[in-house]
Amino acid sequence: MTEYRGVMVHAEVAEGKLAAIATELLGCGRKLADDLGEELSAVIVGSGVSGSAQEAFAFGADKVYVVNDALLQDYRTDTHVAVMEKAVRQAMPSILLLGQTSIGRDLAPRLAFRLETAATMDCIELAIDSSSKRLLCTKPVYGGNARAAFISEVEPQIATVRAKAMTPLEPDSSRKGEVVAIEAGLDPSAVRTKVTEKVKQEVEGISLEAANVVIGGGRGIGGADGFKQLEELAGMLKGAVGASRPPCDNGWVPDVVQIGLTGKIVAPDLYLAVALSGSSQHMAGCSGCKNIVAINKDPEANIFREARFGVVGDWKKVLPAFTEKVRELLAE
Amino acid sequence: MTVNIIVCVKQVIDPEAPPSSFKVDEASKKVVPPAGVPPVISPFDENAVEAALRIKDAQGGKITVLSMGVNLLREVVKKPLSMGADELVLLEDEAFVGGDSWANALGLAMAIKKIGQYDLILCGRQAADWDDGQVGSGIAEMLGLPSVTLARKIDVGDGKAVVERVTADGYEVIEVSLPALITVSNELGEARYPTIKGIMAAKKIEPAVWKPADIGLEPAQIGAAGRKISLERLYQPVHEGKCELIEGESPEEAGVNLALKLREQKLL
Ligand SMILES: Cc1cc2nc3c(=O)[nH]c(=O)nc-3n(C[C@H](O)[C@H](O)[C@H](O)COP(=O)(O)OP(=O)(O)OC[C@H]3O[C@@H](n4cnc5c(N)ncnc54)[C@H](O)[C@@H]3O)c2cc1C
Repeated sequence: MTEYRGVMVHAEVAEGKLAAIATELLGCGRKLADDLGEELSAVIVGSGVSGSAQEAFAFGADKVYVVNDALLQDYRTDTHVAVMEKAVRQAMPSILLLGQTSIGRDLAPRLAFRLETAATMDCIELAIDSSSKRLLCTKPVYGGNARAAFISEVEPQIATVRAKAMTPLEPDSSRKGEVVAIEAGLDPSAVRTKVTEKVKQEVEGISLEAANVVIGGGRGIGGADGFKQLEELAGMLKGAVGASRPPCDNGWVPDVVQIGLTGKIVAPDLYLAVALSGSSQHMAGCSGCKNIVAINKDPEANIFREARFGVVGDWKKVLPAFTEKVRELLAE
Repeated sequence: MTVNIIVCVKQVIDPEAPPSSFKVDEASKKVVPPAGVPPVISPFDENAVEAALRIKDAQGGKITVLSMGVNLLREVVKKPLSMGADELVLLEDEAFVGGDSWANALGLAMAIKKIGQYDLILCGRQAADWDDGQVGSGIAEMLGLPSVTLARKIDVGDGKAVVERVTADGYEVIEVSLPALITVSNELGEARYPTIKGIMAAKKIEPAVWKPADIGLEPAQIGAAGRKISLERLYQPVHEGKCELIEGESPEEAGVNLALKLREQKLL
């Protein structure tokens, strides 16, 4: 029997560069591999992605498997599961980490089941259990109301990791490693899906995930007009506007600005939460926020359990005065 | 084409109950159901039922609802019937309790095999209890079907489905051959309310209740006994945060004082 050894990271590439989540996974994978005294590898899957191997070394990988094939241009379940299965069977990692991204959410479960196991999804903490030496995976459950720690009894131990939950290493471009090319060997006729169109819902200004200031609006904003006031404030603070789910469901703002369990993960220095109650599912996207400030008319709202500063009151009265004062202070 | 659709739905503790009512029992690693808050169909599963109904409205077909667990409240699991679904199959047995995604997908996949006729299997994108999002893909893998996750729109015709799949910055359009499994996200739109007529019709529908043996499974393969992933610990995160409330004579003044406070704290 060949032994499963080492940690492998599925490293996504976006626009020719390692995605932020890939660098985070490598940072965490490096630590786990060191704790085990084993190797950290990355696997990069796509078309025209070979150039990203060096980046993976810089962020901590010892070895990089590259599966480069024109058929892997778009993410498709059938193609990516097939080549990842091949990579895992070749590398035999004892731990496999993927990002909790639109790709990882689809790829990890299907790949795990193909390997006759299940993954642990959306982890925020990973550690090697001191007694069993197994991967202890902690993830929020019940919409963030509770946390659960799991151990897989089967190899490879597969987990996806939430964005911004882990810290990348400082890249060191002098680090080198071994590149191993894996033949995709895909049969195009066995691929049962086709991507016919990709639609981007563009949002102007700074991206939510990168912003240092985020203004989040909730159901209590009441409509698209209210969000214009949040936009104005965000513009002044060089921030981005996000929302809880109801404003997205109601079409006041585009779906892509939803923050939370099934939306974006934000980690600004300042998160100003306006007229949102702070449901556990919303807060799931905010755990990296350094300072939460709330404006809500209900003193019992859960957001006040999460916030550092708050005002109890009607945002329609509080916010314009706040915005004017901010304008004044910034002009000083 | 008329379409045979199977929708998997899960009964869960109401995820919209106030966070303060949420309690876990760490010793038994279980959630204590909040008193007086009835369970619900996991919200994304209701979106999946809605997706099925829209397809049925457009081109006709039959919708079979499948649910697994114990103490399945009939008024809860019959809700999809009162919305317009046609049949209900329940996998109801102690042996199904405590499974992980693997064990749960296995039970559902075997039941789907027994139901036999389907063009489309729909699931919610993730259940509101364990927030895993694996069972749909798992069923597809076990049945050897193509899968598309996170659908916000599904059109069926010509032996294929055209699916809009939610991505981080928008969506992609995916064509998939049928039969296929698709998981549905809330962007599809809210589930319709049951009608009075629907509620009356649902009352008359007797669910088929299947035990593990009915779907060819041993109790050791499912529920807690069939797990691949063991639950080591379940706990509630502590909130150590303390909120400083900023006041004023009027809401406007409170707004001004908040700005001053944030300035003082170098947050502006
Ligand atoms: C499985 C699952 C996943 C989910 N995923 C997400 C997710 O990713 N992101 C997300 O956000 N939600 C998600 N939700 C929904 C979530 O449970 C809540 O329903 C949602 O976050 C509530 O949004 P809200 O706070 O804006 O609305 P509400 O809870 O209705 O709160 C509105 C708040 O506005 C306040 N308010 C109203 N008017 C005013 C006023 N004039 N001035 C000041 N305050 C006012 C009220 O006091 C109240 O606190 C999910 C739910 C489920 C079940």
